[in-house]
Amino acid sequence: MLNWLGFERRVAVRFLREGRMQTVLIIVGVAAGVAVVAYISALITGLQRNTLEKTLGAQAHVTVSALDNVVLPARAPLAGSSALVQTQPRVQRPRSIANWQSLVPVLEAMPAVAAVSPMVSGAGLAQRGEASKSIALMGVDLDRYDRIVHLRSKVVQGEARLGPGEGIIGRELAEDLGVRVGDRISLVTGTITDSLRVTALVDLGVRELNRRTVIVPLRAAQSLVGLPGGATGLDLALVDVWVAQSLASDLSRRFPYKIESWQEANSQLVSALNAQSVSTALIRGVVMVVVVLGIASVLVVSVVQKQREIGILRAIGATRGQMLRVFLLQGAIVGAFGSTLGVLLAVGLIKAFTTFVRGSDGLPLFAITLAPSLALSVAGIATVCGVLAAVAPARRAAALDPAQAIRM
Amino acid sequence: MTANASPLIELAGIHKSYNLGMPNEAEVLHGVSFAVGRGEFVALIGPSGSGKSTLLNVVGLLERLTAGSYRIQGEETSGLDDAGLTLRRRAVLGFVFQFHHLLPAFSALENVTLPALMREGRVTPAQHERARAMLAAVGLENDMHKRPGELSGGMQQRVAIARALVLEPPLVLADEPTGNLDRASSDEVFVLMRRMHAELQTSFLVVTHDPRLAARCDRVIELVDGSIESDRPATAVRE
Repeated sequence: MLNWLGFERRVAVRFLREGRMQTVLIIVGVAAGVAVVAYISALITGLQRNTLEKTLGAQAHVTVSALDNVVLPARAPLAGSSALVQTQPRVQRPRSIANWQSLVPVLEAMPAVAAVSPMVSGAGLAQRGEASKSIALMGVDLDRYDRIVHLRSKVVQGEARLGPGEGIIGRELAEDLGVRVGDRISLVTGTITDSLRVTALVDLGVRELNRRTVIVPLRAAQSLVGLPGGATGLDLALVDVWVAQSLASDLSRRFPYKIESWQEANSQLVSALNAQSVSTALIRGVVMVVVVLGIASVLVVSVVQKQREIGILRAIGATRGQMLRVFLLQGAIVGAFGSTLGVLLAVGLIKAFTTFVRGSDGLPLFAITLAPSLALSVAGIATVCGVLAAVAPARRAAALDPAQAIRM
Repeated sequence: MTANASPLIELAGIHKSYNLGMPNEAEVLHGVSFAVGRGEFVALIGPSGSGKSTLLNVVGLLERLTAGSYRIQGEETSGLDDAGLTLRRRAVLGFVFQFHHLLPAFSALENVTLPALMREGRVTPAQHERARAMLAAVGLENDMHKRPGELSGGMQQRVAIARALVLEPPLVLADEPTGNLDRASSDEVFVLMRRMHAELQTSFLVVTHDPRLAARCDRVIELVDGSIESDRPATAVRE
């Protein structure tokens, strides 16, 4: 192999070294392209991962709840007649999922499902002294719920505990009510009033959630919402978040429940992420095309400049294949050197981003790293692009008539 | 023409036309026939436009003939494809061009080792030694690491001769090898070619304008308007 490319390697490297400035410029051009592609890929990957973590960090990947109450038509209109119907939508009161206790083990047995947590949710008021705030009440089994949203890792004060009469509330809600860990607050839902001792304050990553969230034991919520033994929903965490949509569709076909994936619950976010991914792919594609055109144009010029040398080499015995490989190798060398330089440049840009671009709290906005697999794939693609870019000039060099080339 | 039972190359009824089938079709060679035997030193002379360079390109397998037969070491070449022609060129022929045609990015030594490098993908120590010896033989033992741009015209032509001979091809084709040199360098290069011919028994076919140099060859073929006007021993020319 080494011998096979010995002549091609020597001539390709020498041709590149001979065209110093031209070679340096195209390698820098490839490096700039690779750096842009690698940096943007890392940035968007980091941004999307951060957005997903924040979004999915406070919600289930799939939720199962009871079907909405709907109004059924009293009777079908007579054939040949039409009726003007005005329907008043029914009030949606908290309803329990039928047989949820039997459904939990069925769902847990699915390979795609990592955890299942029953939940009772409802609305109410939290009161302390004269302060009164509307809240979203969630009754959960702490251990199960922790496997869904990693609640314990979100505790900013106190210790997550949900014994009888205990509760966990959002950080902003605690500020609004003037509550600290260990204090008691009252919860009012309809005609029922209960009190709880705050064991921990949590930061769910979204200010509005922190301002409304009150988490209590499942049994307490059942009592407050008026669903003894019931569960308004089942939260599912999945092994792979991206199968949520297909799993939700599958479950919807099998069970008579309202089943929603995180993508459906956050359709705008998913659209934005998709648009972002498409835009990134477009930018990467355009940059790679520019890289290919840059390498190709330099090599085309090189073939024209070196017509006489190509003619000499052909005359003294170089085959068309050897001349083809000389120029393909030049494309590969330019691509490989440019990629290596570009990856290093991208690492520098990422370092600069994490050092200088910070949020109002002085911390980096989000984690951004250039994964070795990404760096390798970008560098590999750029090198392949280098070879592809060299195909046309290489074919031109190989097709040169040696007698004519020597006369030039 | 020197009679030889087994000529190195043998051309019979060679025609070469350009722009075939087009209104401006032009036939440059009209049925040229001759042979070169092993160890011969032949001059090809003729006025400008007589077809010498075209004939040399046909002999050098750089251009295809339009009609006729061309045999190298008994093998017909007119049916060979490009790869076949290239391999025969590599195995049988050495080239010396008028304008030296060395690769400017390579040193004199590297230029001389190029034929070996392209043939085997590497240069063996023995081939390296052979290249050094060839450069020493042409008087460039102290300049072998210089690039062509650092050498005089005569020195560059000597490098080209070393490159043409390094793999000891049976036939060297030289197109006006002294045409770009002053008289002293021209004599020097010609003497060198004759010496190498004597030492290696390589055949030479040399295109030249210079009747003085032609007269110092073994045999002179004169081409006029694409046809052989005369083919005689150089002694006859000298007379």
